[in-house]
Amino acid sequence: MPSLPPIRPEDEAVAEKVRLHGAFDAPAELPHDPARTEYLLRLGDDALILGQRLSEWCGHAPSVEVDLSLANLSLDLIGQATLFLGEAGDADQLAFKRDVLDFRNCWLVEQPNGDFARTMVRHLLFSTWQHLLYQRLSASTDPAIAGIAAKGAKEIAYHRELAAEWVVRLGDGTEESRARTLDGLGWCWRFVPELFEVDEQLADAIARGIAADPREIEPEWRSSIGAVLGEATLEVPADTRPILGGRRGHHSEHLGHLLAIMQYLPRTYPDANW
Amino acid sequence: MSDWPLWEVFVRAKGGLAHRHVGSVHAPDAELALRHARDTYTRRQEGVSLWVVASAAIIASDPDQSGELFEPAADKVYRHPTFYDIPDVVKHI
Amino acid sequence: MYTTELGKQPNVKPIGPAEDPALLEAFEARVAADEFIEPKDWMPEAYRRTLVRQISQHAHSEIVGMLPEGNWITRAPSLRRKQILLAKVQDEAGHGLYLYCAAETLGTSREEMIEALHSGKAKYSTIFNYPTLTWADIAAIGWLVDGAAIMNQVPLQRTSYGPYARAMVRVCKEESFHQRQGYEAMTELANGTAAQKRMAQDAFNRWWWPSLMMFGPPDENSPNTAQSMRWRIKRDTNDELRQKFVDITVPQAEYLGLTVPDSALKWNDDKGGYDFGEVDWDEFYAVVRGEGPVARERMTARREAWEQGAWVREAAAAHEAKRRKRAAA
Repeated sequence: MPSLPPIRPEDEAVAEKVRLHGAFDAPAELPHDPARTEYLLRLGDDALILGQRLSEWCGHAPSVEVDLSLANLSLDLIGQATLFLGEAGDADQLAFKRDVLDFRNCWLVEQPNGDFARTMVRHLLFSTWQHLLYQRLSASTDPAIAGIAAKGAKEIAYHRELAAEWVVRLGDGTEESRARTLDGLGWCWRFVPELFEVDEQLADAIARGIAADPREIEPEWRSSIGAVLGEATLEVPADTRPILGGRRGHHSEHLGHLLAIMQYLPRTYPDANW
Repeated sequence: MSDWPLWEVFVRAKGGLAHRHVGSVHAPDAELALRHARDTYTRRQEGVSLWVVASAAIIASDPDQSGELFEPAADKVYRHPTFYDIPDVVKHI
Repeated sequence: MYTTELGKQPNVKPIGPAEDPALLEAFEARVAADEFIEPKDWMPEAYRRTLVRQISQHAHSEIVGMLPEGNWITRAPSLRRKQILLAKVQDEAGHGLYLYCAAETLGTSREEMIEALHSGKAKYSTIFNYPTLTWADIAAIGWLVDGAAIMNQVPLQRTSYGPYARAMVRVCKEESFHQRQGYEAMTELANGTAAQKRMAQDAFNRWWWPSLMMFGPPDENSPNTAQSMRWRIKRDTNDELRQKFVDITVPQAEYLGLTVPDSALKWNDDKGGYDFGEVDWDEFYAVVRGEGPVARERMTARREAWEQGAWVREAAAAHEAKRRKRAAA
């Protein structure tokens, strides 16, 4: 047998500590529960698509330090996606073998990164929502969702703080950074209403205590975003006509391109294991 | 202005241990220096607490003076417990 | 190798008369006794310059090295592989950062080093100027390129310059998973479908020789090796490491059922190692000169990241200046 360097016991101990039980295991047989599955897909797809977007930054960030930060955000999100999708079925099958109509993420997360300002504004808007939601979800009647959300809430708390710090610096930085931040805000703000949309599927999951009601976190979300934008010396944009549809598979044009890249190998070599 | 100032990073590996210098990061201010330190130096659970100090704020002793600074301590043997003879029969001292 | 001397001519000037022979003698004695040299200690100018060049070249290699693998993060074929690859490329950013910091203790700013990279003055490992064509390239890089890098970096943990040695301790500790993940991914391909096997052999064919080049020119053309070894900033010769790499890697390839693309490869009982064919040194020097197939793409990507990030770095600095002003008012 070839002589690769051995795994040292201390590395194994760390790996053991961070390895969430079942993260990469084959999914257990799940009872068919469409509302639950649907909700898991929404949570999982949000995390997956935003994680994929952030990973595009790797090697191209404004400084080496920021490169490390962005990769951490992406890794947290892909980890959460793996867990949520793993509850909904075979996480890899779901990530790599569905087409746009079956993806359940919101429009905000599939938006192209744009410049660093847009990426950070998008992350502020989304992670503030995600953090408030995960906090509530840690009391979900579904123990799996509650567990993933409780773990994820700690990760996302950090995302929220980091994004807020950056938006404040960029908004109240130079003329150029301010203009870019306003532009990013304008780009992303169109997709805010979708975060608080409750359709029939979601209403059912909320009624059963599986899902958290996003309408209940909207006031806190608005005041939190308002405070960060205030510190960034930026006005909260006016609300526009809601752009909806992501939760039912009707997305922007961007998602198809993202999937074409992300799914290229498993689709080109359907029989292969990697 | 092309790169940010340098900060020295200190990590406490676990409760009970002192913070130890691990390296440095560039950051525009103290808060982001902490974030950068976290994202750079504690990716594998290396720490429970972080310090960052602006590198420019560190005052270091001069190696050229190491003779006058550190050598005078060498012959002060009476500061060490092994300097004293205590009969073997006397315990707990 | 990330730290191999890439210049053909001796570029360490002889010690000038300006340096105090007594200080020099004391320095050489400390290094010979395997003592560490720390940032504020007296050191010969040539030692300082060689270190800045070697450490920054190493740092640049880590940062440029993010690009060929980064090319596949968005296309990694499973969630597990995506996480592994992203974490690995992130490690490379971290390692670049540790190394820039170590070099900065010698009085050269990171900005100066980055400018030297972008202007083409500073070198980085030739290996990163080859394209990553298929997913198997990612496996091959982890296995071969990281394998070669580890071989060079492990001895550098005892290098004479303290900050460099400490950075290398951290790098080596973190890199222990990099080669394993590559070999694991290669195993999957080598045992996979016909298309995957083809990918695996093709990637192996393309990365084998560039990996051997990573150890740098043959010892007889490596003019600075003796000085660097005396200063303990290099601990083995290029040819010694290359031989070691071949001896370790060939059985690993055989285990996977891959064919080493070298008709001259043959076990030599007498020396207890493999004889192998001549590396194409013309190609090596061409790639060092910047003629690698994707050298232009690599430098463009790095320059763009730096230039397009300028407004972000400026904004954060401007915000801090405003805040200080407000606090002082």
